[in-house]
Amino acid sequence: MDTIFALASARGRAGVAVLRISGPLAHWAAGQLCALPPVRHAGLRVLRYQGEVLDQAVVLAFAAPHSFTGEDSVELHLHGSIAVVAKVSDVLAQMGGLRLAEAGEFTRRAMDNGHLDLTQVEGLADLIDAESESQRKQALQVLSGVIAQKVAPWRADLLRAAALIEATIDFADEDVPFDVSPEVLGLLTRVQQDLAAEHARSGAAAAIREGFEVAILGAPNVGKSTLLNALAQREAAITSDIAGTTRDVIEVRMHIGGLLVTVLDTAGLRDSDDVVESIGIARAKQRAEAADLRIFLLQRADERFDIQPRPDDIVRLAKGDVVQGSIPSVSGKTGAGLDALLAEIAHKLEGKTSAAGVFSRQRHIQALGVAQAALQKAIAALPRATEAPEVIATEIRVALNALEGILGHIGVEDLLGEIFSSFCIGK
Amino acid sequence: MKQFDVIVVGGGHAGAEAAAASARMGSRTALITLRRDAIGVMSCNPAIGGLGKGHLVREIDACDGIMGEAADRAGIQFRLLNRRKGPAVQGPRTQADRKLYRQAIQSLLARYDSLTIMQGEVASLIVNANQIGGVVLADGSRITASAVIITAGTFLNGVIHVGDQQRAGGRVGDAPSVLLAQQLADLNLQRGRLKTGTPPRLDGRTINWSVLDSQPGDDVPTMFSFLNSAPFAAQIACGITQTNARTHDIVRQNLGRSAMYGGHISGVGPRYCPSIEDKVVRFADKDHHQIFLEPEGLDDPTVYPNGISTSLPAEVQQDYVRSIVGLEQVTITQPGYAIEYDYFDPRGLDPALQVKAMAGLFFAGQINGTTGYEEAAAQGLVAGLNAALLASGRPPALFSRSESYIGVMIDDLTTHGVTEPYRMFTSRAEYRLALRADNADQRLTEKAIALGCVSQTRAAQYRKKADLLAAARAVLSETAFSPRELQAAGVEVSADGARRSAYDVLAFEGVTPEHAANLVPAFAGFDAEIQQQTARDALYVQYIQRQDRDVQRLRADEALAIPAGFDYADIPGLSNELTQKLKRALPANIFQASKIEGMTPAALLLLISHVRRPSRRQTA
Repeated sequence: MDTIFALASARGRAGVAVLRISGPLAHWAAGQLCALPPVRHAGLRVLRYQGEVLDQAVVLAFAAPHSFTGEDSVELHLHGSIAVVAKVSDVLAQMGGLRLAEAGEFTRRAMDNGHLDLTQVEGLADLIDAESESQRKQALQVLSGVIAQKVAPWRADLLRAAALIEATIDFADEDVPFDVSPEVLGLLTRVQQDLAAEHARSGAAAAIREGFEVAILGAPNVGKSTLLNALAQREAAITSDIAGTTRDVIEVRMHIGGLLVTVLDTAGLRDSDDVVESIGIARAKQRAEAADLRIFLLQRADERFDIQPRPDDIVRLAKGDVVQGSIPSVSGKTGAGLDALLAEIAHKLEGKTSAAGVFSRQRHIQALGVAQAALQKAIAALPRATEAPEVIATEIRVALNALEGILGHIGVEDLLGEIFSSFCIGK
Repeated sequence: MKQFDVIVVGGGHAGAEAAAASARMGSRTALITLRRDAIGVMSCNPAIGGLGKGHLVREIDACDGIMGEAADRAGIQFRLLNRRKGPAVQGPRTQADRKLYRQAIQSLLARYDSLTIMQGEVASLIVNANQIGGVVLADGSRITASAVIITAGTFLNGVIHVGDQQRAGGRVGDAPSVLLAQQLADLNLQRGRLKTGTPPRLDGRTINWSVLDSQPGDDVPTMFSFLNSAPFAAQIACGITQTNARTHDIVRQNLGRSAMYGGHISGVGPRYCPSIEDKVVRFADKDHHQIFLEPEGLDDPTVYPNGISTSLPAEVQQDYVRSIVGLEQVTITQPGYAIEYDYFDPRGLDPALQVKAMAGLFFAGQINGTTGYEEAAAQGLVAGLNAALLASGRPPALFSRSESYIGVMIDDLTTHGVTEPYRMFTSRAEYRLALRADNADQRLTEKAIALGCVSQTRAAQYRKKADLLAAARAVLSETAFSPRELQAAGVEVSADGARRSAYDVLAFEGVTPEHAANLVPAFAGFDAEIQQQTARDALYVQYIQRQDRDVQRLRADEALAIPAGFDYADIPGLSNELTQKLKRALPANIFQASKIEGMTPAALLLLISHVRRPSRRQTA
């Protein structure tokens, strides 16, 4: 069994960063850096490697089987600096016998060692996944078996089609003289159309699961970053009186009306000779085009940019504290009009969710795509049903397998991969 | 007291193939049968092969088994079924001369020095602490062995029905093995009851052939054995006739006197091989059913009318048979009958066909709920190989669903059990495009050579062919051609700029080995058989590649074995219901466990993590 290590706390700057080491060499490895305190006793230590001081850390050791993973393990509570974490990780990797953990590997070891049962593992995964009220509802709906209800009639139709084709193969010598192609064509076409419709509705479902994107657009210095900070209720973006302060796209995740939303603050739209600002503006337009909803902050009601509001988009006069006009306004500075804006965002996004299908995971959507493609090939091959029925049968089987895979009748290793990939490294 | 490594009980198709396999492995093998002269008897229809079944025979042959060779020697009308469809669903079939087939099997068995054939009735098994030790014959003599294969066929509690008449028995003329049946019953294995029917046999000299259609064999006969290229016996044609409204009326009026419809039979019959009573009742809208009149031998006047099996009383059989065109004056030489028999739930077997509850005891053939000579022989092969391996202390030889129809059948039987007599179909094989009758040797012979059950002659011939196929493929794959070059060689291809090899385009509709030879002159140097086989291999390449990930996944799950004696009670978090199901099913690996009804992904993960943990693997 390898000894693995990874950052167990969130990445990036923080007060404390916890680096976890687990496996037979865990105590030895930590012992190379400092004198290990007695197990289950926190000790403040200076970490040194080959004469070089790495950091001062609280060191906590656990002995198998009394640890999260059930193995010998050590937690290094480092200063939450990216550089410190990188340096200590490098040193651990250099020691030999240690490697960076894969996603979910600590949890997997915990399960393999009987420290977590599967329901706990799944619970952990759900806890990590669900962030918003709508995600909770969606998960419940999926849990109630709505996907199985959708798949059942498709499965029945495809089984019937497969049986008809198979009969012409396996009972060639017996009494199956009639042409099965018309019925097969009808069945395959019906399922294919249903799949296409569901596929189209899966985008909104995926947005609920993964979050909607809302982009704020407008001229420089119109108060986009101020509005973002007001929506986020924290200083997420730097604001100043200088036009063009925001250059890259800034993303902030928040909940609006029970939905998970990522609000994008973007560079102000203007013609610029500045190379860096131009890149920022191009990026702003690109992200805004792909977003689910756009908020246009205007200086005057008739202001226009080369990116046009779509019918569903939200348009507001900027700096509502000082400017009034014929259209609603908002002020990030005073909060005037903020509640109305939030209500409108929620309303617009809810409108999009009402059309959402039940297939929300990338795995589901991929399976729908695989099934659709296979059915297209089967339909295309149908005129050759007499000469090559085995090819049609194979395509129908591919479609059936893909749909059944959604329900979980899939290979074990895939299942493991699916579950454990939902954990991040260090968990 | 006599000593052997392996004892095979029964000389039917399962028993003969099991004994041959065990003997090929070098084990000292005894075949014990009630009647030495009945070894290799075809008790039902005089034909070998067909769809799915032909695949099994080819796979047996690829392992140097005897069924394919015997069928070639006895074949009197060879046809490749589905000839106009793709090679993956083509199945070789032959009418077989009963006498020639029996003689072929007996002479093939006589070749094996390590095989002893004994005549006698097995009365009981010798058992030492859940470990088989041999058998005791009815005359009291004891024969010891490390492995015993039971191929008791329909002998177990067999009851024969002709109309409302019943009698205990196996096949007509055989005495039932009541003693052995009792011994097996004492093992407390799950049992079920099945039925099967036979048609009346006709005297061909009383059939008016002149008014009937005939069905000849193929112009170019397809052999079963990879070692043979032409039939041995003279070739004949079969006759074709059909039932009519009057036939159906007679059957309908006498349904109450049929054993199956009169309530005398409780066993379940096969849906796909219905009796004439079934056909008349279930397909009431059809006014005729086809009948193939199959000669049973070159010098035997008996004709087997395929398609009208029955359990009506003998006099009714005569009435309805004589209502059929061409059979107006026919003499029935033996009335049709139905037979009911016990089978043991094959879920009590491991994938080597060994009884889970008794080390060293193997079951093969109809005793496991299958029907058909080919299914029986394939199981005989698996049991014979594994009994020999067990006797020599070697690990079992397992067959995967991804590599053979044999693997498909063994997995179906041992995982799902049977609800009707199990017959092979090509649709049972999810990797059908890869598991073809034409490439059975490419799939299995190397493995069989490694096991040690292949003669040097076959091994040498196989290797030569494999080398040629590899060379032919390499030659075709070497060069990529532009669409223009392909079109010039007569290959229809879109001018999309993509370069393709001759091997690639062999998968295209209408592209033949001749096209390939136009593109790559060196390919013309290979003989026709190698050219054609290369084309068949090329045809499905893209599908087979797509399935490759599934195959890898399946093999990984199959490879994760659940050790014998694994304690399911020791897994916290597993539901009581599933724990009970697992304890009953005793799956051999994770793939089998995943097939258990009610198995959830969560439970499977739990199981895997415990199977993988060395500390909890086994409890004392």
